[in-house]
Amino acid sequence: MKLYPFVIEILQILVLLAIAPVFAGWVKMLKCWSQGRSSPGLFQPYRDIRKLFSKDVVLAENASWIFRFTPYLVFGVALLAGCIIPILSTDLPLAATADVIVLVSLFAIARFFTALAGMDIGTAFGGMGSSREMTIASLAEPAMLMAIFTMSLAGGTTSLSQMTQVILSGQSVFRPSMAFAFLAFLLVAIAETGRIPVDNPATHLELTMIHEAMILEYSGRYLALVEWAGMMKLFLFFTLGIAAFFPWGIAASGDLYAVFSAFFFMGLKLGIEAVFLVLIETGLAKMRLFRLTEFLGSAFLLATLGMLSYFILE
Amino acid sequence: MSILKKAIISSLGKAVQFIEAYQYPVSVHYCAVPREKFTDAAKAMKNEYALLAAEWATDETLFGRGYGIFACYRWGSEYLIVKIQIPADDPAFPSITNIFLPAYRFERQIESLMGVKPLNHPDLRPWIKFEDWPQDAYPLRKSFDASRPMPRVAGQYDWIKAEGEGVYEIPVGPVHAGIIEPGHFRFQAVGETIINLEERLGYVHKGIEKRFESMRWEDGFRLAGRVSGDTTVAHSIAYCMALESMTGCALTERAHWLRAIFLERERIANHLGDIGAICNDAAFAFMLYQMMRLKEMVLRTNLKLFGHRFIMDKVVPGGVVVDIDEKGKQEMLAELDYLAKDFDRLVDIYRENPSIEDRVRDTGVLKPEKARELCVVGIVARASGLNLDCRIYHPFPPYDQHDRIELDVPVPITGDVYARVKVRIGEVRESIRIIRLMLEDLPAGRLTSPVTLPSAECAGFSAVEGWRGEIIYWLQAGPKGEVNRCMVRDPSSVNWLGLEQAIHGNIVPDFPLCNKSFNQSYSGHDL
Repeated sequence: MKLYPFVIEILQILVLLAIAPVFAGWVKMLKCWSQGRSSPGLFQPYRDIRKLFSKDVVLAENASWIFRFTPYLVFGVALLAGCIIPILSTDLPLAATADVIVLVSLFAIARFFTALAGMDIGTAFGGMGSSREMTIASLAEPAMLMAIFTMSLAGGTTSLSQMTQVILSGQSVFRPSMAFAFLAFLLVAIAETGRIPVDNPATHLELTMIHEAMILEYSGRYLALVEWAGMMKLFLFFTLGIAAFFPWGIAASGDLYAVFSAFFFMGLKLGIEAVFLVLIETGLAKMRLFRLTEFLGSAFLLATLGMLSYFILE
Repeated sequence: MSILKKAIISSLGKAVQFIEAYQYPVSVHYCAVPREKFTDAAKAMKNEYALLAAEWATDETLFGRGYGIFACYRWGSEYLIVKIQIPADDPAFPSITNIFLPAYRFERQIESLMGVKPLNHPDLRPWIKFEDWPQDAYPLRKSFDASRPMPRVAGQYDWIKAEGEGVYEIPVGPVHAGIIEPGHFRFQAVGETIINLEERLGYVHKGIEKRFESMRWEDGFRLAGRVSGDTTVAHSIAYCMALESMTGCALTERAHWLRAIFLERERIANHLGDIGAICNDAAFAFMLYQMMRLKEMVLRTNLKLFGHRFIMDKVVPGGVVVDIDEKGKQEMLAELDYLAKDFDRLVDIYRENPSIEDRVRDTGVLKPEKARELCVVGIVARASGLNLDCRIYHPFPPYDQHDRIELDVPVPITGDVYARVKVRIGEVRESIRIIRLMLEDLPAGRLTSPVTLPSAECAGFSAVEGWRGEIIYWLQAGPKGEVNRCMVRDPSSVNWLGLEQAIHGNIVPDFPLCNKSFNQSYSGHDL
């Protein structure tokens, strides 16, 4: 049975909304186990989100529309990104409207507004978080773009679904440029999603926070949206990595069976990737803030090497 | 003759008057000097490289003689207390802050709570006393009625301000995220670099010193055990020792040894928690959970063997109230074997992880010369090369039996977070070792000895090495033999200043790590 492309689009969004919290729960679960603890369970993020939605919003008196608007924007951006990235199938109608550079800018818009919202209330922590976030962004975004350009060179396109299709069709497998780009992407993804050793998603220490410091003043449904969007971002970066580097299993057509098996492969790959993430997070302490430049600098360097090796070797 | 005694006599000559048969134990010298010679005495002590251990005031109205100001100096194993008498109609005394830095807060506190003004003190903002208390409310004075609620007035605290391009302030607290005590920290920072940190404490001021004065001698140990919950054993031992020295009560060997076992178990439990928490502040949560597991095991054994997880109220004047039998002994030895093995494995993980080492090395450095200037004590001092361990210097029983209990704790000189973790690791291992020693060699005897009440007009002193460091108690009996004053000096009273100094030049996100490596008590400081 053949599915309409728009049905697949809707399916993707549903998968994104529903699976992102489960994936976050899975990461948390693995983390607990690796630390020798029992875990709160796979569905704890759902319970957290439900709890936050049922709570009242506490809003600072001097909060402007930016502060109130940002959670919706961040959430919307995550949904939009979910329409572009081939999570289940490459046959996405909306993918034609936006390529991978737009994707990077989408995340940049969300980040820009989050940073503004962090400063909007005027607390010291918000401003501190925004300043740190922008420092990271200025280093992470070029590295991210370089890694993606390397992939586009190999695929001959900047459209994500076409890039995935090129790899799926076996035209470009295991090139040295891809290995470099993958490593660069890995480092950037850790920084972008705020994981250890760049940021600590589980900390309560206001002074060390980066992402959490910006959203410290959010509560109730706003916080629920921001948290949910955060989980989706983690999920999206993982699926983006899968689509760009290990797409095998992603459906190239709208065939129901292929989409179903794509879903299965996605789960499998995410499950395994989470193990690697948790190994990194458990084995490393957080870096000193100013080590970040070295960390993201090496990501940029790797991406550049990938691009050079494409021209020299391939 | 002791070095400090000799120094003060040679400097002040006839003006200094040593008073015998007032303060106990007799090994701690006690002298009176005229009011104007107070700074000279301090200078004489400074020239001998002595440290200021504590400075406090008493209201001696009941004796009919105004106020007393006391300064306690320490040099190696010696303590010397210098007293000046202040007339009631002119409550002021010469400040020694310019000579000894830790006097800075002691004297602000004396001014705030006793209303005796330190002359020439650089900063007379209140300390511990809040701006919304009435100006003339001096809680430690005898005329102050503690049973009535304090009226509130409008007031403001003047923070130190920093100005300039790019300088901004970060106010943190007093209520923090996480389960810790309240305290306000105000950072002045440029970018991420901290140029100044100002602490504001006193949010958990409970009037403990005042409360002691309305208690009976035999009940005070309970309150002492609650000065700082995590140091309950050491505080009760310190209170009891001061009282026992006043009354001439001699404990049985067994009581001393059991107290030492409690004290070392408290040290192990707290150090385990701290090592884990320090790693957690660098986002190395694995260590936190593993260390907490070990700590929990220690606490559960405490509950099982002694009836309380923190062994609270088990040290009483005259001895202890819980014993350990052969079965309990075996159980504790088995627990220690397991603990030692697991602890070593975890320490290996900590040592072999470069990412955590990168965070703790060269972070929050308190230089040895700074540590000496600030007269810090305990683990903080030891990490900066200054060994002031009361178990080794001025040892209290049973640690004075050097042939039976020998201590060897590391004294690194780097003064960074790494050093403070290293001292803790070394101390956990030493504590495990000496608990084993003591268990194998536990003397027989009664648990408690009868304690008489102190006679009128005498004082008792004690210094005990708790897990944070040297705890000092000074008790004074009034004209009718009642409690006239109980001075408590938790290690936090001096070490908080060390944190302010250690943070200079560090970056804002490293503060939690530095703070946790000090881990001072708010409650013990605020009293």
